[in-house]
Amino acid sequence: MDIFIQQVINGLVLGSIYALVALGYTMVYGIMGLINFAHGEVVMIGAMVALTVISMLSDSGLPGIVIALIGLGAALPVCMGTGFAIERIAYRPLRRAPKLAPLITAIGVSIVLQNLAMLIWGRNYHAFPPILPTSEHEIFGATITGLQIAIIVIAALMMAGLILLVQRTKLGRAMRATAENPPIAQLMGVDINRVISLTFVIGSALAAVAGLMVSANYSIAHYYMGFILGLKAFTAAVLGGIGNIAGAMLGGILLGLIESLGAGYIGDLTGGFLGSHYQDVFAFFVLICVLVFRPSGLVGEKVAERA
Amino acid sequence: MIDFAALKRDRRAALAATAGLGVLLALAPFLIGAAAGATWLRILDFALLYIMLALGLNIVVGFAGLLDMGYIAFYGVGAYLYALLASPHFGLHWPVWAILPTGALVAGLFGVLLGAPTLRLRGDYLAIVTLGFGEIIRIFLNNLNAPINITNGPQGISGIDPIHFGSVSLAKPIDIFGFSLPSLHAYYYLFLLLALGIVFVTIRLENSRIGRAWVAIREDEIAAKACGINTRNIKLLAFAMGASFGGVAGGLFAGFQAFVSPESFSLMESVMVLCMVVLGGMGNIFGVILGGALLTILPEVFRHSAGPVQQAIFGKVLLDPEALRMLLFGLALIVVMLYRPAGLWPSTRRRQEFKGSAA
Amino acid sequence: MSGVGEILLEAKNIGKHFGGVRALRDVSLTIRRGEIYGLIGPNGAGKTTFFNCLTGLYTPNGGELMFDGKKLQASAPHKAAQRGIARTFQNIRLFGNMTAMENIMVGRHVRTRTGVIGAVLRDARTRAEEAAIRRRAEELLHYVDIADRADDLARNLSYGDQRRLEIARALATDPQLLALDEPAAGMNGTETEELRVLIEGIRNDGVTVLLIEHDVKLVMGLCDRVAVLDYGAKICEDVPAVVQHDPRVIEAYLGGAVA
Repeated sequence: MDIFIQQVINGLVLGSIYALVALGYTMVYGIMGLINFAHGEVVMIGAMVALTVISMLSDSGLPGIVIALIGLGAALPVCMGTGFAIERIAYRPLRRAPKLAPLITAIGVSIVLQNLAMLIWGRNYHAFPPILPTSEHEIFGATITGLQIAIIVIAALMMAGLILLVQRTKLGRAMRATAENPPIAQLMGVDINRVISLTFVIGSALAAVAGLMVSANYSIAHYYMGFILGLKAFTAAVLGGIGNIAGAMLGGILLGLIESLGAGYIGDLTGGFLGSHYQDVFAFFVLICVLVFRPSGLVGEKVAERA
Repeated sequence: MIDFAALKRDRRAALAATAGLGVLLALAPFLIGAAAGATWLRILDFALLYIMLALGLNIVVGFAGLLDMGYIAFYGVGAYLYALLASPHFGLHWPVWAILPTGALVAGLFGVLLGAPTLRLRGDYLAIVTLGFGEIIRIFLNNLNAPINITNGPQGISGIDPIHFGSVSLAKPIDIFGFSLPSLHAYYYLFLLLALGIVFVTIRLENSRIGRAWVAIREDEIAAKACGINTRNIKLLAFAMGASFGGVAGGLFAGFQAFVSPESFSLMESVMVLCMVVLGGMGNIFGVILGGALLTILPEVFRHSAGPVQQAIFGKVLLDPEALRMLLFGLALIVVMLYRPAGLWPSTRRRQEFKGSAA
Repeated sequence: MSGVGEILLEAKNIGKHFGGVRALRDVSLTIRRGEIYGLIGPNGAGKTTFFNCLTGLYTPNGGELMFDGKKLQASAPHKAAQRGIARTFQNIRLFGNMTAMENIMVGRHVRTRTGVIGAVLRDARTRAEEAAIRRRAEELLHYVDIADRADDLARNLSYGDQRRLEIARALATDPQLLALDEPAAGMNGTETEELRVLIEGIRNDGVTVLLIEHDVKLVMGLCDRVAVLDYGAKICEDVPAVVQHDPRVIEAYLGGAVA
């Protein structure tokens, strides 16, 4: 039982991170109908920038939390600027182009960012300095670290903030209107260019936080980390129903749980035939099953084909 | 750019152009071998393999409009099938004329198998599911060395039989009437032959009842159904045809390299083939061929110039050449798409489409 | 083909609901071979829903459809086309990036057989079939009077020509019943008159026509019989002269919010 609880905790931590990244995908998709393939790289940039600043300050004698916050403070503007630039350079000129054209520029941006990071930070893994207190707590026979609690709580707060932003503010209303029908929103006086830019900036801010969380949680960062993380987060967004904010959160948490429970139990489930290497197979398999039975994802509204 | 309408009007010009192209293709390995050496000849051979892949994916994405992001899996299936049927791994040594059709068939079957559950999905949902399937196949290739060793895991399978016809092996220079044809040249001609075969099949399909049904589904699935098209079967057919081309290319790859490992079939490869199709000019066979050739050759050009050019300018290599080469490649993708959003060589249809929207 | 006047389509108690909304309530109607049958009603009365049930886009929740003496297995549009039911759409659905000619050629799909092997080998049978497809498509282009636009992309045609092309594509499937969903929507007087002539011609060539229309004048002038739907139920079915004066119909049109 305690192994089960432990895997659930790990799954929740992982899932919170996936959810934050998935929100970036889903917001852009909801508003523009576009897979922002480069979003994972924004997370990576956030992780690398935060880690670089934190490493420089690790001997400064400042409290760990303060150093981490300074690191985040550096990562946020860099990521937000990157997200803003990506939209301006690679997507905006192609808004009326054939549908796959922006997908290719997105892939191009992803390759550029990855290799730019490799030029700046090199090929090596960078270790996260041990600045944060490593307190451990017992619940139901499993252990959870203070960092893990912080990740879950911060992620939950940020998601709540995002929901408030989208549901309660003028910007949120403009975002929902643009998602529904861009030309009409424009007629109603919404500056859709501004809304789209802000969507990228907000998504990138979430990515920066997620980047710091990942590197702190795994104590490591690497120029290549954004790719697989982005892939998983995108999977989570689709699992929940892409374009849907609540869906991205649910999908993220669910994927995190599936992965960690899958890794723990897949051996038992298959009589030892498949080992924990197959954890990704398990995640994709669940995704495929969900989509086969609910083609618009778990929370995605059923769009009836209109004849 | 070639004016096809004029060529159609003037049969003699068409014949002359075809003959010229034929001579150029026939002499290419000698010209390139003499001018740039064996490395570039090898790259030329690979370009042909990628062109086959791009043509296969074009059927799925370009014609039928199904965004497949896991296409490289079929290349992997073809390659591993060759590796298992013609290597010391299982002690089997099937001849190539038996393996390639089997590879096409098995890959086509996988195409149907993976296509079937995705039929109800649209657009980007399809993309993520095919991507998932691609990853699943790669993970299996990577891990099926236990409990029974089928794929030999991450080490891959080596010592694969080179492609050979009877006692004539393409891995060694071939004697033809006292003239010795080097191995890379021989592979070039074999790959060229099969690539031309795939081009032929694609063109025939495009201008047929089947090809029209694919495009109709891409344009409006509901209307296609109302016209009596069994969209399920026709979509599965697109998956199967595309996959079988990939299976053939995979088999050739395994025989050519004499080694396969899961690394060659990563998601990035699927993405590359997709870039070839879209950047070249989706739906237009010649555009796709151009895309395949260009995206194979361009990164190699960058690879071979990133280091030396820095050396020449700064006197030393300042930036990691590997990162620099991919950086330039990514920039090239962005710039080309920004300036030619319908691809480098779009179909006449697409061109008319742009004219139409401008008018 | 059997004689004019016998029953071609019989709908018995067709029901369809979306969640709690009952779009169709026990709709029964009979269409006879060779007639032009009108289906009218206020917006949201369930006309298009009925169409979609008939052509296999929706599966009805209850009832039965008999077509040409046999039960119509719903839920597969391509099977409806195979059985001889062709349709057009309220908001035109053409294959925008195919030429007008190609659009009609796609319509021949259901009556032709060439598979992958035939297409690749292009044997004598395939060539003959392809030539026949082309011939028929050209005939139909002339039939709906857009032959001069044959090589233009469907999306570049004028609105009226797009409507005509869609009808030609539907006729290419050799239908026994042609179902037209508001073909006159957005047309001016002259265009509507041309359309009336076209539909009459189609009927005279032996195709039964089911017409959904808002333009009451067109329906009354063209149709042999008319059924009226209101709130998903049939409230009247008769010849136009009678329907026009039926108090329930007047109530439905004038009493409803939208006429």
